[in-house]
Amino acid sequence: MNSTALSAQQTSCLQLKGSLLPLTVLELSYFEPSQFSAELSAKAEQAPGFFNNLPVVIGLAKFDGAKGPADFDKIIRICSTFSVKPVAIRGGTETQQIAAKLAGLATMPAQKERSPTTETEQADIHPVEETPATESKHEATNTQNAESAPAEAQQTQSNDNSIQVADTSKPKETKVQETRIIYQPVRSGQQVYAQNGDLIILAQVSAGAEILADGNIHVYGPLRGRALAGVKGNTKARIFCHSLEAELVSIAGQYKISEDLQNGNWKKPAQIHLADETLTVNPLID
Amino acid sequence: MAKIIVITSGKGGVGKTTTSASVSTGLAKRGHKTVVIDFDVGLRNLDLIMNCERRVVYDFVNVINEEATLNQALIKDKHVDDLFILPASQTRDKDALTQQGVERVLNELAERFEYIICDSPAGIEHGAQMALYYADEAIIVTNPEVSSVRDSDRILGILQSKSRRAEMGLDPVKEHLLLSRYNPARAETGEMLCVEDVKDILAIKLLGVIPESQTVLSASNQGVPVILDEVSDAGQAYQDAVDRLLGEEREHRFLEVEKKGFFKRMFRG
Repeated sequence: MNSTALSAQQTSCLQLKGSLLPLTVLELSYFEPSQFSAELSAKAEQAPGFFNNLPVVIGLAKFDGAKGPADFDKIIRICSTFSVKPVAIRGGTETQQIAAKLAGLATMPAQKERSPTTETEQADIHPVEETPATESKHEATNTQNAESAPAEAQQTQSNDNSIQVADTSKPKETKVQETRIIYQPVRSGQQVYAQNGDLIILAQVSAGAEILADGNIHVYGPLRGRALAGVKGNTKARIFCHSLEAELVSIAGQYKISEDLQNGNWKKPAQIHLADETLTVNPLID
Repeated sequence: MAKIIVITSGKGGVGKTTTSASVSTGLAKRGHKTVVIDFDVGLRNLDLIMNCERRVVYDFVNVINEEATLNQALIKDKHVDDLFILPASQTRDKDALTQQGVERVLNELAERFEYIICDSPAGIEHGAQMALYYADEAIIVTNPEVSSVRDSDRILGILQSKSRRAEMGLDPVKEHLLLSRYNPARAETGEMLCVEDVKDILAIKLLGVIPESQTVLSASNQGVPVILDEVSDAGQAYQDAVDRLLGEEREHRFLEVEKKGFFKRMFRG
């Protein structure tokens, strides 16, 4: 950051910028050194390499002091053996905050009561669309994570889809995706964008209309306009339609215009995907 | 409760004003108190087609600006009772239409009339958007050619997103397709789009097909809405369309080339 700031502004040595970063929260229920060490060790085994000097915030919202105080010096020491780097605490009592400061940790204000830990983090990463036409269904957030393993939830978010699939030991986590469903025809001059998810059109898409999605696109009607799937670079995105009559189809930036689509699948049910970085059109059902 | 119907198309010259005149005349002739408003401020045409341009004293913009009352501006139609015309101004431009002003005038009209027909200007700018904003139903006038169909598609999108009903999340504006200047012979040879093509592209309910006809032009020039020409096929097609608008079932006519129509055409004149 320093170098970019310097190159941008020769005169000032530093610049302060607000930024939202995903952070893992280590929610501490109570502190018992040997158990803490054992549990952290088990987590590290589940996902080797994940704790690569990982910054964490120690959450104290559920902390129960009856079993002993939170000894931050000890916590930091144990964490460092597993390559976890506590950077701050969140919430906590006044004495805890003073102890944290002495241990070299920053203090963050407590989270608002209602929302469990993972939910707000996901809200940062998957902003809920507020377009009036949107008919999005938010899947129930994985509440079990909030209690047991916030680090795991964070992991699935920061990693790519493929890793999530390979990681079969934890099937309970799902990436929350916004699916946008449109019930009316998308007319010439209109544009519909499904951010962070799939787009489903239960009608036709007219010539001169444009539909875009970060994920897949499904059109249960003739697709006569422009369809762009995986616009943020997801090469696994696909386009499905009942009748391929598009002006343009594109996946992750690879596109074909209608002239290049006039083959066996024209005006037929079709799916479009990337095979070896080449845009490929296949019948919807072989 | 008065029903507000906008006659719109996107493209110019497809027959919006002709349709406005005929539909409003047809509704009034069936006994419904009807008013037709010319939203084409600056290019008023409706009063010419309705043959009342010499009686225009005050206009729509005067009423919006409260320079005249509705009673002063409304012109009673010569041909049918129960029909009134609110003409457009020739000397202003379309920005003179304000949303609040239009709403106030429409509310006032709604107390006195069953049907309020809004004759939209061409295009998709302010005037056209004002004409369609308060609509309950829309008649999309389309010619069987690609640019007209494309523009109609565009205006359907605007109806879906920028009308009052869309903005307030009410039931969507009811859309009707009126295909005008249809020539079955030319559609058969592929020179024109056929009815099925247009229906397929626009995917809305077909209200009527008005055949291409000399009588439309001559009726316009004489200032008599073509629907009053009960002999002509265009007049009959408009009659059918008005009946369908009122919810009656009418079979679509004039879609096919008349095969043995030589004598028939001779005698029909």
